[in-house]
This record gives sequence, C-alpha cells and structure tokens, in this order.
Amino acid sequence: MSIGSATPRPYLEVKDLTVRFETDDGIVQAVSESSFSLEKGQTLGIVGESGSGKSVTSLAVLGLHRTRSNAKVSGEIWLDDQELVTAGDEDVRLLRGGKMAMIFQDPLSAMHPYFTVGSQIVEAYRVHHPGVNKKAARERAIDMLARVGIPQPERRFNDYAHQFSGGMRQRAMIAMALVNDPSLLIADEPTTALDVTVQAQILDLIRDLQEEFGSAVIMITHDLGVVAELADEVLVMYGGKIIEKGPALDVFQSPQHPYTWGLLGSMPRLDREIRDRLTPVKGSPPSLINLPSGCAFHPRCPYAGRNGDRSFTEVPELRGDRHKVACHLPAEDRTTIFQQDVLPNL
Amino acid sequence: MSENLLEVSGLQKHFPITKGLFKRQVGAVRAVDGIDLQVRAGETLGLVGESGCGKSTTGRLFSRILEPTGGKIIFEGQDISHKSVSQMRPLRRDVQMIFQDPYSSLNPRHTVGSIVAAPLQIQNIPTPQGTKKAVQELLELVGLNPEHYNRYPHEFSGGQRQRIGIARALALRPKMIIADEPVSALDVSIQAQVVNLLDDLQREFDLTYVFIAHDLSVVRHISDRVAVMYLGKVVEIADRVDLYKNPRHPYTVALMSAVPVPDPARRDRAQRERVLLTGDVPSPINPPSGCRFRTRCWKAQDICATEEPPLVVRAQDPDSHLTACHFPVVDDELVAGRRPAATPA
Repeated sequence: MSIGSATPRPYLEVKDLTVRFETDDGIVQAVSESSFSLEKGQTLGIVGESGSGKSVTSLAVLGLHRTRSNAKVSGEIWLDDQELVTAGDEDVRLLRGGKMAMIFQDPLSAMHPYFTVGSQIVEAYRVHHPGVNKKAARERAIDMLARVGIPQPERRFNDYAHQFSGGMRQRAMIAMALVNDPSLLIADEPTTALDVTVQAQILDLIRDLQEEFGSAVIMITHDLGVVAELADEVLVMYGGKIIEKGPALDVFQSPQHPYTWGLLGSMPRLDREIRDRLTPVKGSPPSLINLPSGCAFHPRCPYAGRNGDRSFTEVPELRGDRHKVACHLPAEDRTTIFQQDVLPNL
Repeated sequence: MSENLLEVSGLQKHFPITKGLFKRQVGAVRAVDGIDLQVRAGETLGLVGESGCGKSTTGRLFSRILEPTGGKIIFEGQDISHKSVSQMRPLRRDVQMIFQDPYSSLNPRHTVGSIVAAPLQIQNIPTPQGTKKAVQELLELVGLNPEHYNRYPHEFSGGQRQRIGIARALALRPKMIIADEPVSALDVSIQAQVVNLLDDLQREFDLTYVFIAHDLSVVRHISDRVAVMYLGKVVEIADRVDLYKNPRHPYTVALMSAVPVPDPARRDRAQRERVLLTGDVPSPINPPSGCRFRTRCWKAQDICATEEPPLVVRAQDPDSHLTACHFPVVDDELVAGRRPAATPA
C-alpha cells in the first residue's frame, strides 16, 4: 500500500508500532504491533480501558517518549510523508504543537499555574512563528479564545488557569492546541473530567473546529458514547493490541470481538429499555508486564477454548477487510453468538 | 415499600467563608439550600446533577457526617438533625456510606481484614465464630477471595478496592447505604460488575440505597426514583421511567439530551435534539434570585427572576412526579434551545 508513488500514503500512517518500557519489575509491553491510518478531516476513535495502550499510542505519535530513556519505540509513524520514529529530536519538536497538537484530559495540570492563560497561548504561537511580533501574537491568541467560545476574551487573556471553570479551561487548552492550525489533533480523554452538559459543548466545539480547519483528529476515550458521537473509524484496544478496527457504524452495529461485546454490555444506555442486569466482562484487565499467552483476552473470554486450545497458545491476527478483528472464533460463530446471546442483552 | 426510612425537610447546609485574622464570616457557600426529600424503605433513590450542585453534601447530611445548617433530618421517626457524635454512634449501624475514590477511602497502612473489621469492633458487635471468620464471609459476599484477608489495599485493583469499601459498609448490616459516585472512578467493564453486585446485595439484604452519581445512564439503571439537583435545590423528582420519558424541568431535558448515545446511526438525530446549555453553573455563594436555573434557561421569563418555583406535581403528571418550574416542558414540545435541523456549513 505504501510502496511506490501510485497510491499516496495516508496523511497519518502508523505501522507496527511497538512501545515497551523497561522497569524494575520487568518489561511493560504497552503497545504491540499496532497499525492504523488516518486522513485529514477524519476522526479516529481509540477505545479501551485503563492500561490498554490507547494513551501510549498517541504519546508515541507525538514523540513524547523520546526524553524517557526507558521507553523503546519501534515501527513506523508517517505524518505527511515524514517518518517520525527515526526523525531527529529537533525535527519532531518543530512538528509538535505545530503540525500536530494534543488536548489533554486535565487542563489544570496541563497548563502552567504561574503564567496567564493568554501568555501560554502566545508562547505556543511564537515558538512556531518566530517572526511574529508580540502584538500580533496576542491578537491571534485572543482570536483563538473567542473562537472556542470564551466570553470576553480580551479580559480572560490575562487570567490564570485557576480562574477558569473546568469547561472554560478545557476550551482554553483547545485554543492553545489549535493556535498553529495543526493538521493532526490528538484529544486524550478531553471530556472525562467534565460534566455532561459541558462535555456536549466541548464535543460540539471539536466537531465544528474540525469542519472549519479540516484537521485529522484522534479521539482517545473510554466512553463509547463519546466515540459514537464523533468518530468515523474506531479502534478497540486491549492489552496493548488493536483487537477490533473498522468504520464506526459497523463496529457499533455489528461488533465482532467478544471484548467489544462486553464493553457494550457493560453500559446502561438511555436509548434502550431498562435492562434487569448489565452483562459485563468478567475479571479485570491484564497486567502489561505479564500478558496472558495466546489471545490476551482469553482469561476473560466466555468463548475461549471453543475451537480447541488455539486461544491459549496462539495470538490471533487482526484480519478482515474494512472491519477487522483479532479473534480465533470463526466469523460464522461470531455472527451467531452475537445475534443469539449478545444482542438481546444490549 | 411505601414507608419512609428517611425524611428531610427544608434541609440546608451553608459552608461559611471567613476572612482575616478573626475569621469574620463574609459569606457562605450555600451547598444545599432547602431540600425536601423522602427515602422509602427498600428503594433506591438516585441523586443526579452536575459538579457543585450539592448532591454529595446532601448524601453526607443524610448520613449525618455533616450537621445541617437548617431543616430537619428524620431517620425512622427520630429527629437526628443535631445529635452529637456519641448520640449518633448507635445509629451509624443503620446508615453506612460507600465513597467514590477507592484509593483514598481505604487506609493504606491497614490490612483488608482490619479495614473491614473496624466497624464491627467500634460497634462492639459480637462475632460468634470470631472476627476473622465474619470478615472472610463479608469478603466472599462481595466477590473477593477470603484468603486475601491479610493483604493491603495497594495490592488490589480499583474495582477490588471498591468491593472492599462495599464489604466494610455491609459489615454492620445497615438498613441504608449512601453510595457517593461508587462507580465513576472505575473502568467500564468493572463499573458494570460493581453495579450488578450492588443490585444483588440490595435484594439479599433488603437494603435501601441513596445512589449519588453524575452519570445519568447508570442512575437510570439502578434507581427506582430519581431526584435531579441544581445549585443546592431539587428541581425535579419522579419514578425513573416517568422522569426519563417525560422530563419536565428544562434542566432535566438539557441534562438528558447531553448524554452521548453509543450509536453512530443516531448521531445526527441526537445532535439535532440536543439542548446546548450556554455558560457555566452560577456560583452557589451568590445564586440567582427566583429560579436558580433561569440564567441558563431558554424558557425564562420575568416571573422566574422574582419568584422561586415550588416543587409540586404538574397537572399532566402522576403524583410521584414533582417539578420546580414556572414553565415546565410539555409533551412533544419543540424545545427552543435546540440547534437548527441543518447545521450551517
């Protein structure tokens, strides 16, 4: 797909990304051999529970592991035909905050408490636009604050992060991320700390800004509802691996992996009748230091061992056309199980 | 089912704001500002609202961890509003709490065994087969391995720690458990396990729950009745089916429409029907006059600023459905705050 110039490379292409951390307790296999791609104007949702490798994947794209000596990143990350894993620190530093930007979960800790919100946005802008004078940068920052819906931006420019409410702070951080018109925006749980009404405002804002700027967006969250709101494509991660991947509509309407079934079964939903009981996944997520053999999900999978003991010994490959799944169950079995056992309980 | 286990009327909690050397009081955070609620024996009452609406303070007043500034708390016919710590002690057997953060609510220096045994010892509960046996039974009840009796909290995952908290709350076989955001810190799959466990325990021990959460879907799943709070007041209360089908208060309507639905096929419809509230929740130090929601409400008129709407039954609703609004939303009403059908490009 990427060889030759006949088929242009996608805007962002991640191939066989593996991230390992060496710790005193052993090697943490945070992400193993993950591949995905993303075009401009598209939104990719990455779903998973804590420790599934979703945040590490995005940090690797931004090259934020470079300063950590115990992180080992391998594979390829192509952004706009530039390879990032082997690129020099300085090259990546220029991209970070410029062509690619990130929105973090907790804006209070992502912003500096000693500097005004405005000055931090100005700094972000001037780092990437060295020729711009202070006044123009200030105007740009105020314009961005207005753009993300902060009332009285000239006045709020001089406020500190603690003087903003949670929702406003998140807006300010989005303004800071967007100040250099990034073409790749990574949002790591951008609404988890917010109330639902504010969450709706922020998701709306991200959607509108994406339409306006045409950026590629990676949305990382544990909330399937948020993913369904925004994503065109969905990746489900478990134990550092992508276990299901496909167009959002397909993944939500005919999920293929037993783990995805479990996630959907765990959520009470306002758009369905009240269920008597939820149908969660049993057990808890695995340790990334000592992943289960074979399919990492097998200790929690009700269908493991159904077709011999491959689940316990062999890691399933991510297979399929547009909608891919890494599961040893034959496709027909999955369809029957989903229709008969899973769907009635959703 | 219908008898009230707990009743509060005119309940208030104001936290003073002090200034200067002599701690002169310059104002108060009116966290809870006049609430009337009944909790019926055997039911689950859900309390929902956004951060800062006073739902946690209400829970802490119910369990008398906090003393109310005004109003009455009646538990099983007894006025417990201003009882002292020692007077409260025998009553603590009947009301227990589960907290949100399973990391900070367990003492890291105590073993699980001593954490769960603590309530038994404080209350001098006789354990015929020994404390250890009693604790192990409790651990088993909440789905933990009884052999982990001697382990410390850090050796458990978040979901397991929450189970330890539940075992501790169950130790005294209380009548009522107040659960303050018991599942919001947990991963989705673990959250469902804990919700199911709470369900089973309620059935087994005839428990009454007050379930405080900001997640409207979880509250709908677990509650029999749901009260919606805004800035220290209950704005609407109803049976869960009724509340989620026919929300009357504009705030309830907005809150429900903001919940993301895990179905991309409904995305456009959900967005069209979404009521986007503008601005933030006003400060509880100086709440708006009249109806507190009026500053963000699309239906607000002059009367909303001058007169506080009482929490009453509206004509078209069953007796159990109370709304505090001058202009409640009626069936099939076209909500003005909704975004236009076609989003301008």
